[in-house]
Amino acid sequence: MTIIDEPLALESGETYAEKPLGILTRPQAQGGWKDWVSTVDHKKIGIMYGVAAMFFFVVGGFEALLIRTQLAFPDQGFLSADLYNQIFTMHGVTMVFLFIMPLAAAFANYLIPLQIGARDVAFPRLNALSFWVWLSGAIFLNTSWIVGGGGANCGWFCYSPNSGIVFSPTHGVDFYAIGLLITGIASLVSAVNLIVTCLNMRAPGMDLMRMPVLTWMLLVTQFLLAFALPVITVALLLLLFDRTFDSQFFDPDAGADPLLWQHLFWIFGHPEVYIIILPSFGIISEIIPTFSRKPIFGYTAMVFSGIAIGFMGWGVWAHHMFVSGIGPISVAAFSLATMFIAVPTGVKILNWLTTMWGGKLHFTTAMLFATGTVAMFTIGGLSGVTHSLAPADTQQTDTYYIVAHFHYVIFGGGVLGLFGGAYFWWPKVFGHFLNERRGKINFWAMLIGFNLTFGPMHVLGLQGMSRRIDTYSAGYGFDFWNLMSTLGSYLIAVSVVVFFYNVWKSKKEAVDLPPPGPDPWDARSLEWSVPSPTPEHNFDEVPQVESFDHWWFQKYEIDDDGKVVRIAETEAVAQDGSATGVHLPSPSFWPLVLAIGLPIIGYGIIFNLWLCVIGGLLTGGAIYAWVFEPVDDPNAGHGHDDHHEDEAGDDQLAGVGSGSASDDEGEG
Amino acid sequence: MSTATATADAHHDHDPHATNTGISNNKLAMWLFLSTECLLFGALISTYLLYKTRGNGGVLPTDIFDIPFTSVSSFVLLMSSLTMVLALSAVARGEMDRGKAWLLVTAMLGGVFIGGQVYEFTSFYREGLGYTSNPAASAFYTLTGFHGVHVSLGILMLMSLWVSAQQGKLTQKNSETVEIVGLYWHFVDIVWIFIFTVIYLIPPA
Repeated sequence: MTIIDEPLALESGETYAEKPLGILTRPQAQGGWKDWVSTVDHKKIGIMYGVAAMFFFVVGGFEALLIRTQLAFPDQGFLSADLYNQIFTMHGVTMVFLFIMPLAAAFANYLIPLQIGARDVAFPRLNALSFWVWLSGAIFLNTSWIVGGGGANCGWFCYSPNSGIVFSPTHGVDFYAIGLLITGIASLVSAVNLIVTCLNMRAPGMDLMRMPVLTWMLLVTQFLLAFALPVITVALLLLLFDRTFDSQFFDPDAGADPLLWQHLFWIFGHPEVYIIILPSFGIISEIIPTFSRKPIFGYTAMVFSGIAIGFMGWGVWAHHMFVSGIGPISVAAFSLATMFIAVPTGVKILNWLTTMWGGKLHFTTAMLFATGTVAMFTIGGLSGVTHSLAPADTQQTDTYYIVAHFHYVIFGGGVLGLFGGAYFWWPKVFGHFLNERRGKINFWAMLIGFNLTFGPMHVLGLQGMSRRIDTYSAGYGFDFWNLMSTLGSYLIAVSVVVFFYNVWKSKKEAVDLPPPGPDPWDARSLEWSVPSPTPEHNFDEVPQVESFDHWWFQKYEIDDDGKVVRIAETEAVAQDGSATGVHLPSPSFWPLVLAIGLPIIGYGIIFNLWLCVIGGLLTGGAIYAWVFEPVDDPNAGHGHDDHHEDEAGDDQLAGVGSGSASDDEGEG
Repeated sequence: MSTATATADAHHDHDPHATNTGISNNKLAMWLFLSTECLLFGALISTYLLYKTRGNGGVLPTDIFDIPFTSVSSFVLLMSSLTMVLALSAVARGEMDRGKAWLLVTAMLGGVFIGGQVYEFTSFYREGLGYTSNPAASAFYTLTGFHGVHVSLGILMLMSLWVSAQQGKLTQKNSETVEIVGLYWHFVDIVWIFIFTVIYLIPPA
């Protein structure tokens, strides 16, 4: 349980146990599945986050198609009311916690170290832990379909007392609570890790105000995660205690206050909105300057508006509760705060547009997605401001107008941006392009399908159609727009299929195409100065950063007339990835073992407390084995030149300490 | 780090203490973790304050607080912060025997506090305040129970440090490890000062 900065010195002359606890040998293999399950490389972890997130995107998308199929025509019985409740709940939970957040984590893991000129994150093993814990929580959550008597059926915000044992008698809500607790641990560990990385691991000269906007937005996101997750942790634990140990937190008959859950949930839930949107803001802030051939307009304003959103995001949660009876003063205060938070967001939109203004625009697929993000988010943002007007919001609450609004923000603002990021960084990650022609089909199908799905919901909502009702009667004027919406959702599904086909086909075609080279888009930030795909050690030599957009100024300079002049060919200034003398942190199995223990504890709480003992032993044992496993395996072959005289304790790459703050899960 | 010269000297690269902030990664991570803990305890304390008068007709925690008893156990916990500092100071000077002794004393004082909490919970239960009695009781036990779990984990960490020192793995060179565990320990104490003041000492309105 101790926190060890570096492998402890072995002054007594003893050697490290090769098998901590005598069970697992230190993984040495290169390649194969062992390489993936034991990796601590931030790039591999990022790829695994991406793959797993896309898997759950398909799961959540399938649930969405079921919902839309049920609502295509009035009075349908395709899904029972109970199943419908479970499916819309699990759709929301899956898309928020198992798709968008981990997909953003994929970008954060892969790109933050590269963009700040580091060789890995601050705590490589904790990074692996975050992924495996998240994945085990995600799988746990979905096993409720099989062993829990169905999914949670209380809506993604699971208001009490509806979430109590009386109204939700199956184990679905238990799986919801424990599953989100487990994924919450993962996000919390990841947040601490990435904040330390951003604050401590920057390359020489990479001041905070030279960090790319993406890294800045991801940093703000990690702070939001770090402070929002403990609150939902408390809420979920209280819910779990109510359901498991008969505590009285949410039982109104015993005098409990149903608003407690709402406040705790939305104090987390509103920052969560910015946790979802800010990574996408960051991504398009990289794409738009690159394809406008201009630096980002108002870098400082961009950074500070992101920070402002991060702060103000804490002061608007109760606008989700205008009809909950929180009193006129609260309503007025939160109305005003909600109007104000549109200001920094507006600053960002202005800056993206002014970046494009007068630029030489190249509408690649990534740029199309980025532009689409700006446009769609603006629509979602505007409908969001209408919610700050409490009298109007009272009419809109729990109607499809709300559903339309948050899908414009989360899908239009978040998902489109993340897809744009995928097209943009694909050559960097995998060493080949995604096909542009299919990419554009993907984009247009998704954009049209998205608007066809969620645009009509504005109309339906204003006509009074309630969300979360499993069907509707003919003759209320809902029929036509619901059918349109359903057709739109099928078009989105087609666009996703095109994306997967593009991924598969582009890889096959790549063998006949020239490799993209380090900097195919002629971009601006440091990750483009290394070969594609990124070599395992990232940088041959840690860059010495002299300005914002340092990499771009290696290639170009601005002459006396203010004209951009090319001063060097990309290949001449890019690194060639040939370094051999770089120490990397050794892989470890313990993050995976620790992560497997947690869902076993979860099943134990629900079914049989003895399982908790098994899971607890697995987790506790893994923590101790982890702590006494040195960060760098002294027996690992380094295969290079200059550092053999170093003692094991000094074999660390720049600033990478061991990630052993494993007691951090104390509250889970 | 930002003053480094352009020639990336290999050994400069390998200096584990060369961080941008000058604070080691581990210590910064602990500070961040503790800052998230503020939100955790903040939410639990708010929950108790919301519910402290909601007894559903039964006993309230505020009816049966034994202030003198809890004052003593609070004093014991606060003193453990002092012994924690003495442990760190001894390890930092390389006086390992003294350091180990103070680590043990710190863990024992924490153990006394936990023992006091067990006694308190037991006597409250006998006086009719069960975990499921009413919202106030649930909130009280959850908040103080969470704090107790944090103290217990702290004791586990202190004992792990003691065992490491006993095996010769913890030396003067790693005194920062003791410092980081100390951060956690002091934080848990500070939280208790809040809980004791707000929950025990301020009478219900």
